[in-house]
Amino acid sequence: MNLTLKIWRQDGPNDAGALVTYPISDVSEDMSFLEMLDVLNEQLILDGKEPVAFDSDCREGICGMCSLMINGMAHGPEVTTTCQLHMRSFKDGDEITIEPWRAEAFPLVKDLIVDRSSFDRIIQAGGYISVNTGAAPEAHSVPVSKPAADRAFNTATCIGCGACVAACPNASAMLFMGAKVTHLGELPQGQPERDARVIKMINEHDAEGFGGCTNIGECAAACPKEIPLDVISQLNHDFRKAKHAH
Amino acid sequence: MATRTLPVKRTGKAGSTVFLKTLMAVTGIIFVLFVLAHMYGNLKLFFGEQSFNDYSEGLRTLGEPELPRHGLLTILEIILGVSVVLHIYSAIALWKRAQHARPVRYTVKKRVAASISSKWMRWGGVFLALFIVWHLLEFTLVRINVGSGGQVAGITQNPYELVVHSFQVWWLTVIYLVAMVALFMHLNHGIWSASQTLGWTSTPSARVKAKAIALVVALVVSIGFAICPFFVLVGVIS
Repeated sequence: MNLTLKIWRQDGPNDAGALVTYPISDVSEDMSFLEMLDVLNEQLILDGKEPVAFDSDCREGICGMCSLMINGMAHGPEVTTTCQLHMRSFKDGDEITIEPWRAEAFPLVKDLIVDRSSFDRIIQAGGYISVNTGAAPEAHSVPVSKPAADRAFNTATCIGCGACVAACPNASAMLFMGAKVTHLGELPQGQPERDARVIKMINEHDAEGFGGCTNIGECAAACPKEIPLDVISQLNHDFRKAKHAH
Repeated sequence: MATRTLPVKRTGKAGSTVFLKTLMAVTGIIFVLFVLAHMYGNLKLFFGEQSFNDYSEGLRTLGEPELPRHGLLTILEIILGVSVVLHIYSAIALWKRAQHARPVRYTVKKRVAASISSKWMRWGGVFLALFIVWHLLEFTLVRINVGSGGQVAGITQNPYELVVHSFQVWWLTVIYLVAMVALFMHLNHGIWSASQTLGWTSTPSARVKAKAIALVVALVVSIGFAICPFFVLVGVIS
């Protein structure tokens, strides 16, 4: 199929950017979206032009490195990551606009690459449990109920890609935080630091410049791991009940 | 043991985005209770002049003889006034934050999950605030007189006559009906959003219930309000 790509090009964080149009032909519907961009880049290199910079790593939908706002939807029209999006989701003759994630807390590095280390700092602020290192304890020594284990596992599937922030009208990271707070809050190991965790994470979130949640639901719709909206309620609940920040 | 690698930039809960949202949710719930009571009282229009005016007088003598005339009503008015200020303050603070949070807009952005109600939350809220100022000037302070009734009947003398004469003016009724559409949308998203902010919807079934309750309350309130001016205009109440 033949497509028209409109891609955001920007040399560096402080340079002006613009959408640049690239026609691309003979795209196979079996290609992934990133393979299609690889083909474009090879063509650009052959033509002596600067290739389009974009993030990717595992290309199997589990690492959270790929991003891209495709036709106004985070990770494109399917509920999956950009690397797992295939060209069969598009039609011959389509015009596809590709933009980077847009958020104050995700500063642009180059073209379609943004710096998502604000997520790392939120996790460093409180999204962990403190344990002594050494031999791993016997797995069954601390019982966990089936519903709690299921919910913890489901929310632990968050890969931190940032699609929730990209899709949110307020550029809020509440779904990301809610997933982590729910994941650790459902487990016995997460209890000692539960109060401090939620307060520290929200403090860091606000300090990074993310917006506030207005419960619209764009985040959950964009999430490639289908993290549900109720984790945001869980986050708010834990925050309201939290008594001490240490 | 984990050692802290980063200083915590701010501690405490007040001032955070979630605190602002909680402020908005709690004051919002006060308004929901108020509009339910207000709507119920308005329906007394259907039971005739005596019934409506007795209800109106009853509001002023609420809490008597323990409280002076207009006593409890003044307390309620202060609570509502403070709530309006806090509600608008948190809304503006979060609106500003949201704009700072995305300085560069998308060229193409599709909204997949947003309801019409949620899209109109902020501008609908601004419209409702302006409407409430107009509404208070008209029926509480009686500074604006629309129709023939206003000049002869102050609200303290004959509220029924004031209401009926005002809503016989078609464009006034249209303004009120539009405001009730705005109120429906604001309540429909607001009640659900408040439940979520207060952490009451941490399961999928609770989410479905909260959305259903929000829709029902929004419908009951907006239709309950809207039928009064509408039936005055068509002449059922006269």
